[in-house]
Amino acid sequence: MYSEKVMDHFNNPRNVGELEQPSGVGTVGNAKCGDIMRMYLDIDENGVIQEAKFKTFGCGAAVATSSMATELVKGKTVQQALEVTNKAVMEALDGLPPAKVHCSLLAEEAIHAALWDYAEKKNLTIEGLKKPVEDIEEKLEEDE
Amino acid sequence: MIYLDNAATTRVSAEVFEAMKPYFCEQYANPSAIYSFAGSAAKAVDEARRQSAALIGAQPNEIYFTAGGSESDNWAVKAAAEASAAKGKHLITSVIEHHAVLHTFEYLEKHGFEVTYLPVDEDGIVKLDALEAAIRKDTTLISVMAANNEIGTIQPLKEIGALAKKNGILFHTDAVQAYGHIPLDVDALNIDLMSVSGHKFHGPKGIGFLYIRKGVRLGAFIHGGAQERARRAGTHNTPGIVGLGTAAALAAAQMKENIEKETKLRDYLIKRVLEEIPYSRLNGHRVNRLPNNANFCFRFIEGESLLILLDQKGICASSGSACTSGSLDPSHVLLAIGLPHEIAHGSLRLTLSEETTQEEIDVTVEAIKNIVERLRAMSPLYEDFVKAQKQD
Repeated sequence: MYSEKVMDHFNNPRNVGELEQPSGVGTVGNAKCGDIMRMYLDIDENGVIQEAKFKTFGCGAAVATSSMATELVKGKTVQQALEVTNKAVMEALDGLPPAKVHCSLLAEEAIHAALWDYAEKKNLTIEGLKKPVEDIEEKLEEDE
Repeated sequence: MIYLDNAATTRVSAEVFEAMKPYFCEQYANPSAIYSFAGSAAKAVDEARRQSAALIGAQPNEIYFTAGGSESDNWAVKAAAEASAAKGKHLITSVIEHHAVLHTFEYLEKHGFEVTYLPVDEDGIVKLDALEAAIRKDTTLISVMAANNEIGTIQPLKEIGALAKKNGILFHTDAVQAYGHIPLDVDALNIDLMSVSGHKFHGPKGIGFLYIRKGVRLGAFIHGGAQERARRAGTHNTPGIVGLGTAAALAAAQMKENIEKETKLRDYLIKRVLEEIPYSRLNGHRVNRLPNNANFCFRFIEGESLLILLDQKGICASSGSACTSGSLDPSHVLLAIGLPHEIAHGSLRLTLSEETTQEEIDVTVEAIKNIVERLRAMSPLYEDFVKAQKQD
């Protein structure tokens, strides 16, 4: 049911782990629905993401979208990272089964949550960045 | 491949397949036909009916062949409720039933019936005091499964049957996971209706039966023919029926031996997993469980990931996680025994057969150990847990 790319990122997830002194860290999702994603970002003084790491509790799609999201934001500026939407993550993975689309939303939210944390720590305002929602399922229900 | 999903379905045994073969291309007559060519098929259906009944101490004419467990459950619950509607419209079942039973009760609720869903204890055993308290004057049906499909817990059928009988209430049991695996006697247990499915005990798919105690009034579910004493229309599935009967006869002959073998292997599996994998738990009753069922939860990990990685090592298993149930909620059974969502998501069901070997169990335990470790290494829940422990 998963594409080859999803299986590849699930079997060999890129950037699993933690950062000791992250510029920003964000955790989204909840254990109730079975998906939790935590993303760590290391951002340099020019606002470029030098390092991205993740830890995820969840299904195959949740792991793969986390892995792909970290790959997509690495080397990007904060502004560019905001353009890494759930659609971009899904496309990079050659699609997800319909029931797993929420995993890609979680990945987008994880990036936003880590950036939000970075902005708060630095006392910055990142244009276009909204305070992340903690519970992605509630957001999904609102969207429906 | 190591196949440990025998609660989902089983391999058709060689003897069963051999017994079915003549009824496809040679003895293909409709068993209801009058000519002598149909005689062999009709005889084979009769023999299968006798074999199916013998395993549960029933009479052959109390066996009504259906297309499987779900049909039997739907038929039993709907028809029993409707047949007694004039007497009362209150029905009792449990929260851990298979969806073929639960969704049928939900359907009946929308059509004027009132349903009490009995709670279970932490091992998944229906609370008898709750059953006693739930019984009312207008209660007409109690439906409690013989053994749970996910956690394997065997229900106190004898006590439930006695309560049903004392109060003049029909007792239906979904025995899809139990029939052919553990001894069941419809008279000793006071069972009025029992659902059975062929493919759960090395018979073919698409065949099952409903046991209906003689004298129990129950309308037809499939209309349109005189088959099965006009209670279940449709041309007899002769090869399927023969396969079911043969599987029942084999199960009867091997039951004692199979139970001993499977229980030993199951207990070995449970012991190894609980001793060697930290933060794991066994779901379901330690002793009162199906001989072939082991169900675990591994904290901090999610079941679907575990299943995919097991599959890559050639191991077939199942889970009650949300991702495998097709909804966002984990298994209703695991929630009913009191597990929090995040733990229920990390469940793994391994169901053995008499063909399972200790070597296969050893390979599986090693695989689970590695996979659980690997998934925990990437779990934020585990990270938080370890950090909190360090602070203590």
